[in-house]
Amino acid sequence: MATGGTFLFRRPSVIPGFGLALGFTLTYLSLIVLIPLGALIVRSSSLGSAEFLRLTLDERTISALRISFGSAAIAALINAVFGLLLAWVLVRYRFPGRRLVDAMIDLPFALPTAVAGIALSTLYAPQEWLGPYLELVGLKVAFAPLGIVVALVFIGLPFVVRTVQPVLGDLDRELEEAAATLGAGRLQTTLRVILPPLLPALLTGFALALARAIGEYGSVIFIAGNIPFVSEIAPLLIVIRLEEFNYAGATVIATVMLAISFAMLLVINLIQAWSRRRFGYGG
Amino acid sequence: MAVDALQSATVHAPAAQGPAATGETAVVRIALIVVALLFFALFVFLPLVVVFLEAFQTGLQGFIAAITNPDALSAIRLTLIVAAISVLANLVFGVAAAWAIAKFEFRGKSFLVTLVDLPFSVSPVIAGLVYVLLFGAQGYFGPWLKEHGIAIIFALPGIVLATIFVTFPFVARELIPLMQEQGTGDEEAALSLGASGFKTFLFVTLPNVKWALLYGVLLCNARAMGEFGAVAVVSGKIRGQTNTMPLQVEILYNEYAFTAAFAVASLLALLALVTLALKTLLEWRFGDDIAAANGH
Repeated sequence: MATGGTFLFRRPSVIPGFGLALGFTLTYLSLIVLIPLGALIVRSSSLGSAEFLRLTLDERTISALRISFGSAAIAALINAVFGLLLAWVLVRYRFPGRRLVDAMIDLPFALPTAVAGIALSTLYAPQEWLGPYLELVGLKVAFAPLGIVVALVFIGLPFVVRTVQPVLGDLDRELEEAAATLGAGRLQTTLRVILPPLLPALLTGFALALARAIGEYGSVIFIAGNIPFVSEIAPLLIVIRLEEFNYAGATVIATVMLAISFAMLLVINLIQAWSRRRFGYGG
Repeated sequence: MAVDALQSATVHAPAAQGPAATGETAVVRIALIVVALLFFALFVFLPLVVVFLEAFQTGLQGFIAAITNPDALSAIRLTLIVAAISVLANLVFGVAAAWAIAKFEFRGKSFLVTLVDLPFSVSPVIAGLVYVLLFGAQGYFGPWLKEHGIAIIFALPGIVLATIFVTFPFVARELIPLMQEQGTGDEEAALSLGASGFKTFLFVTLPNVKWALLYGVLLCNARAMGEFGAVAVVSGKIRGQTNTMPLQVEILYNEYAFTAAFAVASLLALLALVTLALKTLLEWRFGDDIAAANGH
C-alpha cells in the first residue's frame, strides 16, 4: 500500500479491518467469479481467431443467438409497456387487492425458473388451460417461438415495474396541475409532462429485463419446444454442445453471450449516468 | 373545461385520486386497472395457480406419495445442504465486502462494486460452464483432480460453486448502500470509547444493518434453492445423488410424471410465496432500514 505524496491508495481512517475485509473480498471475488470467467476467455482465445470465427458463424449458433436476442427484445418491449401500466396503476389508483398485486409483482424473482417453465407450458399447452382458447384465435404459444416470449415476459416483468414505480411515486403532482391550469389536456400532460422524467427509469427497466432475458434458460426450455433453427435459444445450445463434449462450441457461444452481457451492463450504466445528469436520479 | 373539472374535483373526487384535472376519468381509470390486472393474471397469477392445482390433481395422497418418494426426499435434502452452504458463504462475503466498500475510501471502489454485481449479468448456463472448463474431465484442473480422486463436477462441490456464483451479489448489494448511507460516525464513537474493532462490529454495525442483512439472506436463499440453469450444467443429474429439487422437477416432467413434477414444484412455489411474504413484511415494517428495498 503506497502512502507517499501524490498516490494515496486509501484515505486514512481510524476504523480497523480494511486489509482483512478487502483482502477477503478480493480473494473470494477472484476465486468464485473472476478466475472462472477468465478461464472461459482464455479457453476461447486459445482456439485462435480463425477457428473462433468459424464456430461463431456456425449456422445453428447464429440462429440460436438471433432467437435469444429477438425473443428477449420483444419480451422486454412488452414488459416496458405493461410494466409501465402496472406501475402506473399501482402508484396512482386505489383498488381492492392492490397491495397483494404489488407484493406479487416480485414473484418471478422468487419463483424458481424451472417451476415457472413447467407452469407456463402447462398453462399455454394446446390441450390444457388456455391453449384451446388461444387456438381459436389462431395462436400457438407453447412449443413454439411465441412460448419463448411468454416465458421471458414472465421473467422480466418485475425489472420494469420496480424501476419505474419509485420514480413515478416521487413525481411532483404540482407539475401536472400546472400543465392542466395552462390548458393542457390529460393526454397531452401524460405524454409531455409525466413521461419524459420516467424515460430513464423505463429505459433502465427495459435494459435490465432484456439482459436477464437473453441469458434465461430454465423457464424457456420447457415451453419453447426447442426445435433447432426455430425455437432453440443460445443458452440451450451451450448445454447441448457440452453434452456432446464439444467444449470449443460451448465456449464460443458463451464468450459471445458474455460479450453481449458486458455491453448491456455498459449501456445500463450509461443510461443511469445520463439520467443522474439530466433528471437527478439514478434511473 | 379544465377549470370546471378542477372545481368539481375539489368537491367530489376522493382524496387518493387527486383532483380530476390531474387524474383520469373513471372510465379510463377502470379500463387501465382492468387491462393491467388482466396482464398480471395471465403472466404472474395463473402460472402460480396452475402449480398448486396440478400438484393436487390426484388428491392429497398422490401429492404426499410424490414428495415422500426417496428420490424427491434426496433432492430436498441436497437442496437444503447446497442452499445452507451457499448462503453462509455469500453472507460472510457480503459483510466483508460491505465493510471494505462502505466504511473506507479507496481507489477503484466503484469498479469493485461493479464487479460484485457482475454475476447478475451472466447467464446461469455460463455460470455452470465456467466451472466445467476449470474442473471438468477436460478442464484445466481435471486431470489433477482425477489423479487425487477429488470430484467437483457432477458432485456436491460443483453444485455449491455454481449456486454461490449465481447468488453472489445478493447480500452484498443490500448491505453496501445502507452502510454507505449510515457512514462511519457510530463506529468512530465506539472505537474512541475504547471498544475493540470486533466488538464495534458486533454491537454497533451489526444491529444497524440486521434487517437489510436478513433481507439479503432471504433473497439469496430463495435463488439458491431454486437455481436451475447453472446447477443443471454441473450436476450430471444423477438420481438420488446430485439432483436438486429444480432438477428433480425437470426429470419428472420430462418423464410425463406431471403430478409428481408439480408436487415437488409446489414446494418450491411455497418457498417463493413465503419468501415474498417475509420480504413484503420486512419492507413494510423496516423499510427505512433497508436501503435497496427495490430493484433487483
